[in-house]
Amino acid sequence: MATSSERSPPPFPDSEDQDALDSEEVRARDSDEDDGEELFLSATNTPMAKKENTSAPASHSVDLMSDPLIEPLSNQTENKSPSELFEDLTNDINITAEGASTAENPFGEASDDFVDILGSKAPAQREEVDVTVEATADKGEVSGGATELFGDGKTRSAVQEPTSTAPVMDLSDNLSTSALLPPGSANIPDPLVDLLGDSPAASDAQKPSGAVTDLFDDEGSDIFTGPLPSKSGKQPQKSLFGEANEDLFGEPLGAVSKKATSKEQKEKPVTAGAAAAGGLPSGGNPAEPGDIFSEEAVSALPNARNTRAVNSRTNGVHSEEDSDIFGEATVELSLDSPRNERRKEATTKPASASTSVSASLAKPQSAALEELEEEEELEDKVDIFVSVKDPEKIGDGMNAYMAYKVSTQTTLPMFRNKTFTVRRRFSDFLGLYEKLSEKHGPNGLIVPPPPEKSLLGMTKMKVGKEDSSSADFLERRRGALERYLQRVVNHPMLLQDPDVREFLEKEELPRAVSTQALSGAGFLKMLNKATDAVSKMTIKMNESDVWFEEKLQEVESADQQFRKLHALVELLVIHRKELSLSTASFAKSAAMLGSAEDNTALSRALSQLAEVEDKIEQLHQDQAANDTFSFAELIADFIRLLGAVRGTFDQRMKAWQRWQDAQTILQKKREMEAKLLWANKPDKLQLAKDEITEWEAKVTQYERDFERVSATVRKEVVRFEKEKTKNFKRQIIGYLESLLQSQQQLIKYWEAFLPEAKAIA
Amino acid sequence: MMQEEVNEATSVLSVYGHTIKVTEVLQDGDTLTFIIVSQKLSGTGEYHVDRTYEDFEWLQQHLYAQEDVPGLQGVIFPPLPVRPQVNASAKVMKQLGFLGLGEWQPYCKALETFLRQVAAHSILKKNKTLEVFLTSTDPPGRQKLRRNIFNRLSQAVEGLWKEGHKDVDEFFHTERDHNLVLTGHTRTAAEKFLDVVLTEQKIAVACGHFAAALHICVENGEDPEKKAFSRVCVKLSEVFDSIKKNMTSIAVNDMNTLGLGLDLDSRYLEAEKEMLFRRTCKLVELENARKNAERAKPVKKNAMEEVKKAAEGEFEQICKVAKQEIVQLNQERVEMLQKNLIQWCEQQLQTAKEGADAYNQHLQAFIAMA
Repeated sequence: MATSSERSPPPFPDSEDQDALDSEEVRARDSDEDDGEELFLSATNTPMAKKENTSAPASHSVDLMSDPLIEPLSNQTENKSPSELFEDLTNDINITAEGASTAENPFGEASDDFVDILGSKAPAQREEVDVTVEATADKGEVSGGATELFGDGKTRSAVQEPTSTAPVMDLSDNLSTSALLPPGSANIPDPLVDLLGDSPAASDAQKPSGAVTDLFDDEGSDIFTGPLPSKSGKQPQKSLFGEANEDLFGEPLGAVSKKATSKEQKEKPVTAGAAAAGGLPSGGNPAEPGDIFSEEAVSALPNARNTRAVNSRTNGVHSEEDSDIFGEATVELSLDSPRNERRKEATTKPASASTSVSASLAKPQSAALEELEEEEELEDKVDIFVSVKDPEKIGDGMNAYMAYKVSTQTTLPMFRNKTFTVRRRFSDFLGLYEKLSEKHGPNGLIVPPPPEKSLLGMTKMKVGKEDSSSADFLERRRGALERYLQRVVNHPMLLQDPDVREFLEKEELPRAVSTQALSGAGFLKMLNKATDAVSKMTIKMNESDVWFEEKLQEVESADQQFRKLHALVELLVIHRKELSLSTASFAKSAAMLGSAEDNTALSRALSQLAEVEDKIEQLHQDQAANDTFSFAELIADFIRLLGAVRGTFDQRMKAWQRWQDAQTILQKKREMEAKLLWANKPDKLQLAKDEITEWEAKVTQYERDFERVSATVRKEVVRFEKEKTKNFKRQIIGYLESLLQSQQQLIKYWEAFLPEAKAIA
Repeated sequence: MMQEEVNEATSVLSVYGHTIKVTEVLQDGDTLTFIIVSQKLSGTGEYHVDRTYEDFEWLQQHLYAQEDVPGLQGVIFPPLPVRPQVNASAKVMKQLGFLGLGEWQPYCKALETFLRQVAAHSILKKNKTLEVFLTSTDPPGRQKLRRNIFNRLSQAVEGLWKEGHKDVDEFFHTERDHNLVLTGHTRTAAEKFLDVVLTEQKIAVACGHFAAALHICVENGEDPEKKAFSRVCVKLSEVFDSIKKNMTSIAVNDMNTLGLGLDLDSRYLEAEKEMLFRRTCKLVELENARKNAERAKPVKKNAMEEVKKAAEGEFEQICKVAKQEIVQLNQERVEMLQKNLIQWCEQQLQTAKEGADAYNQHLQAFIAMA
């Protein structure tokens, strides 16, 4: 922050103007509660963006998408800037402009890259650059606006206080508390989401039901058609849209709580200004107000959707990373498809767009509210149960594979049905993991790993050799897959992932191609390699956080311990199986002895003994299975999970490395600048200055990245440890129950046998 | 005449047969020394003697070699366990079977049973060597013994053709066939049961290891999550200790009751087989004598007739004793197996109940924790 306020030469004159406008506007807004006019004011700069957007949006979005480095980068800036805005807004509004300019830098860079890549499109260059800058500026402005609105929201609720009921109070409380959090923590995007969710909510007083249909008719199709042309890499976002859309459509009709409507009513007078703005397009200036409205609303929409998604789908666990992750999606959305959307709507029917959006946003808010209230109670409850059943061999020979029935049982509103079943093959499970770890791994989430691909087990299965070991293999694999999926859906953030939903719900899943080459074992190997590489890096990394240092050691030693435990349990299982076998053969020989015995009573007793031993054999067998599934497999799970935990440490390390590298580069650039200054080369000096600004932003960005990843990892590890204890307790209870049961069975057997033994005479 | 001998002989033993105990085993290098305690018939005193396996062998050889007992070869001699070995090879361990388990306690038990059986045997208890064995402070059998006619090795060689010999007496023929079948099955059952016990012991050990390993996971620290997990580990370790205890006592029950019972049964059946074999040998001898007597030239005819008659008399005696012995054995076998089965069942029941109690307590503890 400090660096950005020190030196902020905006790279492009356009945005400078924009900034000026922004700050001016924000200042004006701050002073004035009724923001109808300011909305107009801010709207003046949007047409530009719109115009330019039309020329470039598709390629622009593709570019942003295809460049993974730039993508998160821009996300970050995006996520941060509003918080900066918010922080500073309370003290000094002028900084807002600078904050916005910091936000621009990455975009400037992004467009530079874009330019490089598409160098042939020289004529379009300037325009595109402008677009990005505009976009950022708009973004900043919008966020600023959102912040502003939040401030409004506060005052509004304060105004409402005499008349309003508890829900609204809660809303403002929640908002203010969550909004106050970020300055201390690294979880910045949350307030943004909240704020954005709030701002349109203010203007939701208009016909909600009609809006819902509108939303579905217009936006729904837009949403779908919008992102479609873009590359396949964009698929997750697309499906996010799809879901949000379904939910928005499905729920406001039924599930929109009374709270929402009552709140709408209460907010009516206050939002009159906004509503008026929304109404204006039909009156005079169709382009401007419509634009501003849809601009704000649309850019807020994805956020709000995400808020809704996050809040309502986390089983009430309203964690800040949720929105963090979705912040990514949010930015992508607001950068491409919503813009397309907005373009359309601005020209076609701005009024309906704005109303529909705001209507759809009212609901999320109330949903979030409810969820927040229930947050605590729901934390431990699991509303979703996944079972994996009926492994079935499909195909013949070496092309054969195993398919499993994946049944989900849930009361979560995010799913259309309460129960549903799909068929998935093993590689689908691996594919899901890869998608998840690719998306969430870098953020420091512990993505539960699936069981490894087993060459031996599969080959046996393919050859069609059906023996006890292959049955055992299938059962182990089935159980492991079930636990893996359950762990995934138990994770509040992973449950939100569209891929997870798709995996559970969608009838046909596109074939996971990459996993074929990359077996589970291979993946683990890769993971281990990465771990090794990073542990070498550890030497270089001067760990400032003792917590992480300790935890890493703990994780490593826990890994060793669990491996040892696993070996011991496996040994125990082997002995149990052996006992079952030897008991069976003793039973057989007892039966033989019985049949050879002359004394009828003794002969009878021996035959009885054989029967008892046969039953006991079954008990031993069950016990072996119990040992296997209660402990051996549980411990194996945790060995895998510990690998994932280490993976998050590596991700953190990588983030650190990136930050350090950026610092080094920045240092070099500064040195260069000093040299140029000394050599008196003003032409190059400007370039160097620009670069410094750019790298300064990056350093700030990466530092925040690192802090964010650190915080996530920390949370995840704590969650992991909690889960570990919980898991073990649950398993042990189950184990003891079955142990007790088998012991009682044994007592019954002996009690039945005793009179037989006594009857010998 | 024979009755008088028996009466006379009862007074030979100066201890109560059923009080004989092998209380202890002392190991000195490769030598095992057993302490044998028995109660005096007169008063309350006890005899304490220390004996090695050689002393037992000495006793057995003397029992085999009694000369003035008619029909001795019809006796089913109580079986002496095979020689114990410290650090025995796998082969010897297999021979020892149940007797090789534990710290020789089953072996002591088997020796004790041997002595009691000898002392309870109507014919054998009259032998003075038993009295000497039980009461003399000097170890009797430390000099090398010469092998007598009952040497097992020679039996094994001859056995092959004689076992198939058609018997004149239907009773013995049936018994011989039956014994053959039963010996095989009993030995197999004992071996299989031994496998069960050995596996149970392995499980107990594995549980012990797991319980111990769980303690490694215990971490000290203030972190409540760590504490909670450590507590889980400690409790789970206790659970597996219970399982270990349970399994250990199951194995001990198996060993001490049915295991020893099957082992003894199997050895007794072997002894019966030996007896039947000796009788068959005698039968063959008699048949040969008869043939010789028939074919003999008049000069030798008388002598041959004498031999034949002696053999006939001897065989008759053997058959008489053998019949009694077989009936006796069959009865005792059933009683013994019944006793073992009942004991076994009762002990297993007890163990299972204790186990159930322990598991239930653990379960409650965990439920309380969760």
